[in-house]
Amino acid sequence: MRKIRVLIAKPGLDGHDRGAKIVARALRDAGMEVIYTGLHQTPEMIVEAAIQEDVDVIGLSLLSGAHMTLFPRVLDLLRENDAQDIMVTGGGIIPEKDAEKLKGLGMTQIWGPGTPTDEIVTFIKEKMEPGARS
Amino acid sequence: MDLVPRILGGDRRAVARLMTLVESGAPEAKKALAELHPHTGKAHIVGITGPPGTGKSTLVDKLALEFLKRNKTVGIVAVDPSSPFTGGAFLGDRIRMSTVAMDKRVFIRSMGTRKKLGGLARGTNDFIRILDAYGKDIILVETVGAGQSEVDIVRTAHTTIIVEAPGMGDDIQAVKAGILEIGDIFVVNKADRDGVERTMRELQTMLELNPDKEGWQPPVMETVARDGVGIEEVVDKAQEHMAYLKESGMLEQGLKQRAELELLAIVREEISRHVLEKGVEREELDALLDRIMQLELDPYSAAEEVLGRLRDR
Repeated sequence: MRKIRVLIAKPGLDGHDRGAKIVARALRDAGMEVIYTGLHQTPEMIVEAAIQEDVDVIGLSLLSGAHMTLFPRVLDLLRENDAQDIMVTGGGIIPEKDAEKLKGLGMTQIWGPGTPTDEIVTFIKEKMEPGARS
Repeated sequence: MDLVPRILGGDRRAVARLMTLVESGAPEAKKALAELHPHTGKAHIVGITGPPGTGKSTLVDKLALEFLKRNKTVGIVAVDPSSPFTGGAFLGDRIRMSTVAMDKRVFIRSMGTRKKLGGLARGTNDFIRILDAYGKDIILVETVGAGQSEVDIVRTAHTTIIVEAPGMGDDIQAVKAGILEIGDIFVVNKADRDGVERTMRELQTMLELNPDKEGWQPPVMETVARDGVGIEEVVDKAQEHMAYLKESGMLEQGLKQRAELELLAIVREEISRHVLEKGVEREELDALLDRIMQLELDPYSAAEEVLGRLRDR
């Protein structure tokens, strides 16, 4: 049985990991394997971990406001490593217009504060169904 | 697409992908493992086990760093428990491995136990084989932290390091857990804490009671992994232990035992899969379960019936 593997990472300098942990817990409870890498991760560390762990999804959590530099950097590094098949999602305090731009750059989904964890679980499961994988 | 030449050529994405195929039970994984087999047998496999909260992941991080300083490449397999209810897992060992995570000579992989007991996952041996063929000199295997019955590691590793910490339980716990027989090196980590002398003394006293006075005598060592204190000495000992295994002929003996255990485990697994797939249909199973619940039949007799049907077919 192939299990969905998700890397949950916090790029940048903010130390607020409650949201990341809540999401990680919800995904675990939904039967996924969650690799949690902790705080203060550089985009390079995140991409390297994602490759070694062969994850299907990366979930980035960021509340510091640096999403427009750090999220695109993750996408660039994935492309450089020929790993753009890994789905990238994000969460945090991200204005609507930034979210749209990030999706334009290749992120699959951005969730704001207060998103029910069920919504995230369902989204990932649907995207990972055989046939839905790109 | 062919993963084997890519792995032998040093492509980490191929390593990662084959590990996923192994965990998923994909048929092509067996073929790839067979092709990799002749390229294995070079790595020194070091197991790290012990109760939760003793600092195993931090110790692994620092041991890896020390091995890198000695010009060794390092593979790390970190096993954490899967939920028996949902099958999901929270794999958090990487949090403590940030010192070496970005080094190109290091490959780290986390794995959930996926219903397997004993402190390792079913695919752990295969992961080790892949990292060995990939050319890692040292493979560090961190087991689930439970401290009781996590003894599978001795059948996998050449050198087993038991990690304890001050105040983690008394000497009786250590005897119960059976760790005194399986450790090649005992490490009392967090040695800057109160109670370290007592933990050291208790371990030493219990080890002196081991009947075997010949051969390798497991040392008890202090570390503060967080600060890198005592790490060089532990790596020295691990290398000494490997040299001892080679000189004494125990290495070869151990390899044979390991091969036998692994072969028989695979045969057992295949047999039970075969029996469960071919020997009993779902309705038959339900009927048997009903009779057991009605107290008409005991589980042993029911098992006989299942096996008897298989023989008749």
